[in-house]
Amino acid sequence: MATYQSNDDSVVVVIGSGAGGGTLANELCQKGIKVVLLEAGKRESPESFVNDEWGSFGQLAWLDKRTTSGSWQVARDFSGLPAWICKTVGGSTTHWAGASLRLQEHEFRIRSVYGPMKGVNMLDWPLTLKELEPYYTRAEDKLGVTRTNGIPGLPGNNNFKVFYNGATKVGYKDCHTGRMAINSQPRHGRGACQQLGFCFQGCKTGAKWSTLYTEVPAAEKTGRLELRTECHAARIEHDDKGKVTGVVYFDKDKKEQRQKARAVCVAGNSIETPRLLLLSKSNKFPDGLANSSGQVGRNYQRHTTGSVYATFDQQVRMWRGTTMAGIVTDEARNDPKRGFVGGYELETLAVGLPFIVAFLKPGAWGREFTEAIDNYANMAGLWIVGEDMPQESNRITLHTTEKDQFGLPVPNVHYDDHPNDVAMRAHAYKQGAAIYLAAGAKKTYAVPPYPSTHNLGTCRMSGTPKDGVVNKWGQAHDIPNLFISDGSQFTTGAAENPTLTIVTLAIRQAEYIAKQMSANAI
Amino acid sequence: MLTHPIRVGGDATPGLSRRELLQGAGVLFGTLWVSSGALLALAPSRAWALELKTFDANTGKSLLMLTRNIYPHDKLDDAVYALVVKDLDAEAGTTEATKTLLTGGVAGLDKASGGNWLEAPRDKQAALVKSMAGTPFFEKVRGKAITSLYNNELAFAYFGYEGNAWRKGGGYLTRGFNDLKWLPNPPEKASPKPFLG
Repeated sequence: MATYQSNDDSVVVVIGSGAGGGTLANELCQKGIKVVLLEAGKRESPESFVNDEWGSFGQLAWLDKRTTSGSWQVARDFSGLPAWICKTVGGSTTHWAGASLRLQEHEFRIRSVYGPMKGVNMLDWPLTLKELEPYYTRAEDKLGVTRTNGIPGLPGNNNFKVFYNGATKVGYKDCHTGRMAINSQPRHGRGACQQLGFCFQGCKTGAKWSTLYTEVPAAEKTGRLELRTECHAARIEHDDKGKVTGVVYFDKDKKEQRQKARAVCVAGNSIETPRLLLLSKSNKFPDGLANSSGQVGRNYQRHTTGSVYATFDQQVRMWRGTTMAGIVTDEARNDPKRGFVGGYELETLAVGLPFIVAFLKPGAWGREFTEAIDNYANMAGLWIVGEDMPQESNRITLHTTEKDQFGLPVPNVHYDDHPNDVAMRAHAYKQGAAIYLAAGAKKTYAVPPYPSTHNLGTCRMSGTPKDGVVNKWGQAHDIPNLFISDGSQFTTGAAENPTLTIVTLAIRQAEYIAKQMSANAI
Repeated sequence: MLTHPIRVGGDATPGLSRRELLQGAGVLFGTLWVSSGALLALAPSRAWALELKTFDANTGKSLLMLTRNIYPHDKLDDAVYALVVKDLDAEAGTTEATKTLLTGGVAGLDKASGGNWLEAPRDKQAALVKSMAGTPFFEKVRGKAITSLYNNELAFAYFGYEGNAWRKGGGYLTRGFNDLKWLPNPPEKASPKPFLG
């Protein structure tokens, strides 16, 4: 591993080592670029991961103070935990379930396809699916996505068996074990999935792709990466010309440090990324960095989610095997006849006993609740992932009084469901229940959204500077050597799990940064 | 043998010092129910004991019964509910506000039942619990129970959850990840055969 001086202004500083930052850092290093990678969390490993839901939550989750507001149910059920994402090397790629879906063509241009809607800050991506396709192909190869590149699908577990039987009975045509970044056979030095379950708790065999044991060590091997763990970025600094010059961060001893930089790439997930830009306000940029549009922190999207669990007369043991074991894509189309625009995916999901009691009906008590839990071994479950509408008022702001452990204002996450989101969720609950009833369920449970895992859109990409924060390369409209490299740059959220697209954009962004650097444009 | 936060089997004899007794801390003890088959398999013998650090025995027993009212699993042994009392007792030992809230809450239950809530008839007990739903006292006990009651090996055994797969024999690839027999298997196109090396 390389070591760089804090005043070395030839390095690129990448903030965050997850799907976006971890991938970008490696891609840059492979091209000969020197990278300092700042990661707020510690470095774990498959050996240190634990098959224990609460234990792992304490090990991996981002638990710094956050507040919530708005009418979304998460603010009521999990008021201090708006998002279930990670503070650890590898970021939320340690926790993700592995679903790797390309966005659909129409989802890049919802303003054109869905048309104007009240309360929705509609915008088309400055990108098309066609432009991204070659990069999607590279990302799928990097992640080893099943059902691409000749890689077989994963075998379905018991939870999938119930899901498949119900889904085909209600007439769904496209139901299978999904496109997953989990090895169905050994590949690229990592073994095949052993069906442990506990995908959310960090994969103990490394069969599931995570930047922790792929991109980060590959970057280290080039000799150009310096990974600094337990380093929490506090603000980005700039010069009189408005170019960024470095990052101020707190190290593991809470000591303030400053790393100079030729360019800065922010990939702290869609809450911390806009928070950092807002924290970096200055006389020159009084509303925060890269915020001439006023869009930093706005258009927060988190997918229209929810779960359906169902109990049966006989055992399912849904926890056995991959957490997300299969998908129905039939509802992902845009078909306004259903009463909403956009679509949703249905994906099986299993949680263990400690988490089902926390999530099934937060706050519930009494016999109706305990009878459901008594049937836990006979339970099957799925998750809804739908496109939510970008609304300007759904946003990340700095709290006016609450401070974190470094004395920095904590982020507040405000979210109101749009009527389109509500209609979509209701439809998905109905369809999810229909699947399980068709498979013979005794009872079905519509489960409210978990804390957000898909946080998107808070520094969105736009064709013109007035509509968004970054251009089609993730480069800030206002500051040429500042980049956004995570899901914050999504113009809109689409219906698909976002990781594959985050990786795709990072691969593409690395090429652009390298070209800009060799042309001395940055 | 089971590692369990309350002492079971031969370790269950209360071992309180004179000082602890003078401090008035209580002990909860019991015998695993004969019907608790899965638990009996984990424990070396049926006796269990929980030494309280902060609460007296009446407060401990009341909190246990309150937890039973909040999350009633009729066949789930008191030994598992005692884990919630153990965690509440520990928190009360370090946080004065928790101690006040919980001892005050139990005193409130007693007062409302015109004597000892524990000795009130079951339906009266339940009605009083219902009237307290949503209060900070109730929520403290409920919130602790949602993690303590269900996140232990005894509860796992009771609910049939297999817990830590890594420690208990590794992946389910060769031990039943797709062993469900009451529905037909999906076709291979939807669910390919596993790679077994």
